[in-house]
Amino acid sequence: MNALINWLDDRTGLKKLLHEALYENIPGGSRWRYVWGSTLIFTFSIQVITGLFLWMAYSPSTTTAWESVYYIQNHMFCGWLVRGLHHFSAQAMTVLLALHLMQVVIDGAYRAPREINFWLGLILMQIVLGLGLTGYLLPWDQKGYYATQVSTEIMGATPIVGPKLQSLAQGGPQYGHHTLTRFFAMHAGVLPATLIAFLVLHIAVFRRHGITVSDPDRAPDATFWPDQVLKDGIACLAVLATVLALTIVKGAELAAPADPSEAYSAARPEWYFLFLFQFLRFAWVEHQGLAFGAIYVPGALMGLLVAMPILGRWRAGHVFNIVMLMAMMLGIVGLTALALKNDSEDPDFQAAVKQAHDDSERILVLAKRPAGIPIEGAVSLIRNDPVSQGPRLFARNCAQCHRWNGHDGTGKKVTKKEPIFQEVLEKQADGSKKTVKTIASYKPPVEEPATATDLATFGSPEWIKKVLTDYTELFSPLGNANVKVKKHFLEESEMAGWVKDHSKFWRLKENEQSLADLVAFLHAQSQRPGSPGISDESPKRGRIVFETGKLAVGELDSKCIDCHALQPVGEDKVLGKGGTAPSLSNYSGELWLREFLKNPGHEKYYGTNNAMPAFGERLSEKEFDLLVKWMMGGE
Amino acid sequence: MSHPETEQIEKTEVDSGEHRRGFMTHILAAVIGGLVGAVPFVSGLLFFLDPLTRNRKGGGFLKLPVSLDALEINGEPQLVKIIMDKVDAWNTYLNQPVGAVFLRRTGTAKVVAFNSRCPHLGCAVDYKPAEKVYFCPCHTSTFGVDGIKQNEIPPRDLDLLDVEIRSGTEIWLKYQNFRATTPEKIPV
Repeated sequence: MNALINWLDDRTGLKKLLHEALYENIPGGSRWRYVWGSTLIFTFSIQVITGLFLWMAYSPSTTTAWESVYYIQNHMFCGWLVRGLHHFSAQAMTVLLALHLMQVVIDGAYRAPREINFWLGLILMQIVLGLGLTGYLLPWDQKGYYATQVSTEIMGATPIVGPKLQSLAQGGPQYGHHTLTRFFAMHAGVLPATLIAFLVLHIAVFRRHGITVSDPDRAPDATFWPDQVLKDGIACLAVLATVLALTIVKGAELAAPADPSEAYSAARPEWYFLFLFQFLRFAWVEHQGLAFGAIYVPGALMGLLVAMPILGRWRAGHVFNIVMLMAMMLGIVGLTALALKNDSEDPDFQAAVKQAHDDSERILVLAKRPAGIPIEGAVSLIRNDPVSQGPRLFARNCAQCHRWNGHDGTGKKVTKKEPIFQEVLEKQADGSKKTVKTIASYKPPVEEPATATDLATFGSPEWIKKVLTDYTELFSPLGNANVKVKKHFLEESEMAGWVKDHSKFWRLKENEQSLADLVAFLHAQSQRPGSPGISDESPKRGRIVFETGKLAVGELDSKCIDCHALQPVGEDKVLGKGGTAPSLSNYSGELWLREFLKNPGHEKYYGTNNAMPAFGERLSEKEFDLLVKWMMGGE
Repeated sequence: MSHPETEQIEKTEVDSGEHRRGFMTHILAAVIGGLVGAVPFVSGLLFFLDPLTRNRKGGGFLKLPVSLDALEINGEPQLVKIIMDKVDAWNTYLNQPVGAVFLRRTGTAKVVAFNSRCPHLGCAVDYKPAEKVYFCPCHTSTFGVDGIKQNEIPPRDLDLLDVEIRSGTEIWLKYQNFRATTPEKIPV
């Protein structure tokens, strides 16, 4: 063994190298405050190791990026673990960077002759942030897609070179395959290689000058190995434990696949960029233009960091640096907290987050079906899924008047925000100043009352029963609509009158079954999922009530077929002549819904009384499929 | 800054208590250092071994698009493409050609099927009607119409597949591939 080591040493100088690496002197002994640099190297090593392994399973293209990450996360052996380590170590790295920077500034470790090393450190910081930014897009999920869009748009706002720079970064005028290949090459190739190069310089220069010790007489000198290594090791262990705990408890998130045609209102940058996001949202910052808030101000702060070693030559300058850095950190923490607070108080954002979460769970259900993910990508699964698309179509097309369990289908309350205006002095092109009215903020949102029925229970037995027994209550939201609607559908409604006149029958206990049978008949005719069979006993009895009006006790004064027409499923004969009231053929079922939505003003339905827009021209057949299936509770 | 490391190593521990502490520090530093390094590496290595955890499913019988009546008894072998759903990681490709078999009817209700992959190195074999042999263009393996190898190039005969005749005329086949180069038939 010794002979081998000597043989190697003769040819490589290994012993001296190892000796230099391990036995660096630490005046005043090992200390906990020196661990930050080592934890950063450790987290970077985790990133390199896990990153290389993830590389073996990742496929950068718009139709395979999300899919391969989904496969890593959900199907590959220990995939969730490797991705989790990579995901959370990246975040740990930004925290450790901040701590390292603070320790260096507080200890004055940037002062001569260590200025260059401080600047090298700032470059490394930029590279790490670049790695975070490029890595965020790679899963090609809604979250990363929209957050990164903002970054590249900001890049595009750079004066003069902006648009060209943006085009270069995203590999074309829009996001596409080449955005991913470029980001991936940056993330896995260019940036890590640059980082390693600068890291080597950083460590070499650090070793040249040694550790910055404020009080070398504090304790006897020690060497890097094993004293400082042990402290560093324990610190790394703590970092690793945190990262592992987050991986196990939280897990790396994967939102629904990126869809440029689908807005993502839950879009936020990664948490460590939230402060910048919040800063850009202030009205006064917004008013200065994007370049001011996103480029000049962060640029100026970076400039201040760069100037620190020079300022730090004077005692007052050093104090100023510490105060400035603390102020920056406080500002970042404060702005981040403010952003989180604003979001937690914004019901729209919370609803968007919930929808994003639901989508991310839903896509897993869809992707795990036996048919797998189609070649055109997982996004087509969501696009063709009634459960995902129904609520969106409802929110876009129906929720102006109707509600779904009190919300717009997607879980959002339907609200109106009144703007509060302010007057701002704005410089005109000719140099003169002019007051302009701009929106300063919004009044608290007020919920808009529905002007049509809540459709969450539409077509269910409870709904049908309510139409027959409690019409005015069920259709009461129509009272918020215009006078004509109120008159036709509530005040002078024949159905409302019928319900009122016949309540005496329904109040009788003996007629409970007759009512249930009638409901069952109509429900069966809808053929909705979960409806009874056409030839079951109850619907068959209900049909007699429908046709003859004969109840267990008494007989309806005016029976259903006196006004309504209904062609029973699978029969040619139509019950009733209709003409005066909406057709009940397949009422609330797929056919009825489709026809009705396309043209509710058709004489078969509401005729001239109709107040609802016709959607025949507004939605495609596919959209009708998705909406109707969802409304019926199908998949 | 000076470089006093070299002197540093000469320093000897004075009392035995400090010596023990120094020894423990060495052990702990090595163990903890090794542990934190091992976790990401071992996780990654396990992840890398994922393909070994994937057992290929044997697959059931599938119905071929050829009817028994279309095959002449002891006639020429017919090449039939195998169309199956192919699962490739996250994608499922529906109705993809995944291979081919030679079908030959040898009796009223008996059909013999050979996988068209040569057991030598996996090239596709051709049937030569004039010589009544299966011939592999890659390394000139030849097999008789009964699938028995006629030279020493292939390690074994053509791979016979399980066939069932159902409902009188339907031909059902258990499509399998076998490892090339080995004398035994090892399903892959």
